Amino acid sequence: MNAARCVAVAVFRESVRDRVFYNLVIFALLLVGASILIGQLTAGQDVKIIKDLGLAATSLFGLFIAIFVGINLVSKEVERRSVYPLLAKPIRRSEFIAGKYAGLLLTLLVNTAVMTIAIYAVLFFLSRGVPERIQHAWEAPAMDPALLKAIALIYLDLAVVTAVALFFSTYSSPMLSAAFTLGVYVVGQFNADLKRFDQIVDSPPAIFIAKACYYVLPDFAKFDVKLAVVHGIPVSVAYMLSTTGYAAAYVAALLFGAMVIFSRRDFK
Amino acid sequence: MTSAIRTRELTKDYHVGFWRPRPYRALDRLSIDVAPGDVFGFLGPNGAGKTTTLKLLMQLVFPTSGEAEILGRPAGDVGVRRRIGYLPENPYFYDHLTAEELLGYYGQLFGMPPAERRRRISATLDRLGVFAERRLALRKFSKGMLQRVGLAQAVLNDPEVLFLDEPMSGLDPLGRRDVRALMLEMRDQGRTIFFSSHILSDAEALCSQVAIVASGRLAAAGRLTDLQEFAVKGWELVMAGVPPASLERLRARAVRVHTIADDHYVIELPPDGAPEELLRELAGAGAKLISLNPLRETLEDVFVRRVAEVGEGARPSTGLPSTELRAGGAGGGRP
Repeated sequence: MNAARCVAVAVFRESVRDRVFYNLVIFALLLVGASILIGQLTAGQDVKIIKDLGLAATSLFGLFIAIFVGINLVSKEVERRSVYPLLAKPIRRSEFIAGKYAGLLLTLLVNTAVMTIAIYAVLFFLSRGVPERIQHAWEAPAMDPALLKAIALIYLDLAVVTAVALFFSTYSSPMLSAAFTLGVYVVGQFNADLKRFDQIVDSPPAIFIAKACYYVLPDFAKFDVKLAVVHGIPVSVAYMLSTTGYAAAYVAALLFGAMVIFSRRDFK
Repeated sequence: MTSAIRTRELTKDYHVGFWRPRPYRALDRLSIDVAPGDVFGFLGPNGAGKTTTLKLLMQLVFPTSGEAEILGRPAGDVGVRRRIGYLPENPYFYDHLTAEELLGYYGQLFGMPPAERRRRISATLDRLGVFAERRLALRKFSKGMLQRVGLAQAVLNDPEVLFLDEPMSGLDPLGRRDVRALMLEMRDQGRTIFFSSHILSDAEALCSQVAIVASGRLAAAGRLTDLQEFAVKGWELVMAGVPPASLERLRARAVRVHTIADDHYVIELPPDGAPEELLRELAGAGAKLISLNPLRETLEDVFVRRVAEVGEGARPSTGLPSTELRAGGAGGGRP
């Protein structure tokens, strides 16, 4: 596992040098700007809007990193042939894939952690000075720890997207990988609808394809509890655990597939 | 004795074409043995299968059939990779890393402890002539400097077997000299070097054994002295101040005589032309020797001829029992 760790550290370092974290500056500006703008609104609404905006931005910025860094993780090394000297070193191809994945996961972790801190900081400043009785009337407290649940699920969502991007990038070009990953992500948002396809359509082949997609594609809607958390609706520990298990199973399957494909690949 | 490198009937087909892929044979039943301590030149024109062979040995591509071993282990064995070094053709590394960081990354993969890693990186970069540049990002490196970094990463782990794909490519004369010195130093330390090149003078200066590939097939192999057909094909004398009477007698014995300056003559003698006797005679007549050289077929000539033979589909006459080379065996030695 030493080899995989080395690769992971290299991926993280590359992310830093490639200025991946510059997106944090835009994120911070967006949050601070928005909080000033909506500071005029009714107390309580602004806290909700910041939560909404902060969680959506955390998800969206993370998604950009997961897809656009993810698709390049392997394909760039193959295209530029930097993989040649690397794979001649004592490292298994499966360790290379594991390392690449872990490295991007680490990048996303740092990114998400900084965004979380920024959201809580803005919420703290917004709720400061608001009388206790008004705060009691809110659906959820400003510094609601349940936000962490939504963020944890966003992170799991990103972990699955990264695995999808990595999987495609082991055998196709960055452009195609990006298209495939985005496609899977978008279809995965409507996964629940695919399950109920037989209620809308009569054609058996269409129903079969929809059902097949439902079972093969990840259900990304599972990871989205943003609305519930913002409105103070509780998210159970059981749900958190089952969703984590679901993500872990998907990631394991995708990584296994990526390793098998990459281990057999010829670098012409 | 176990061969440092051994291939048997190693074959690689690529599939070309999108709709109807057709197999294209990049390497055809290559069998070679390289003995430990040899400097083995793997020669051939572009597209001959040199890089494919190296990629097969590094298991960057998988063989269609046949086998390859390094240090008695199958090619691709992770353990054996600790003991080898590899420089790809036109190496490319990571833009965002410095030379030092790149070697640090690779050193970690070799499991080198931090202190030893730092010491080795510094010594290796010194040895390859990468000094102040080592702290620059690799994207700012010239092709020649990248080649030096490539060599540095290949020798970082002090490998027993070194694989170099066109190591001289992109280097200026100084760079070539440094690479040659590095290879000779490695050879003197008993390391095995397998290098591909289409530059024949490199092989002439360095190799104890060579193999020539053309169109994916082994066209010739053996000790350089055997291949070059070192048997003298004639003699070339350059003389000055030859008296006219001697010159007439000379013309009868020589293959050719021609004037190059006022009274300077080039005299070409047949292989049995006994230049010693002639020299004595001419010296007695007051002529002066400028130079005396044996005439041999050069590696270039062998190269062109063998490649042409393979191109015509003729079975190459290697003087060996089959397209198999046993290097460094009985009677093997450096030229």
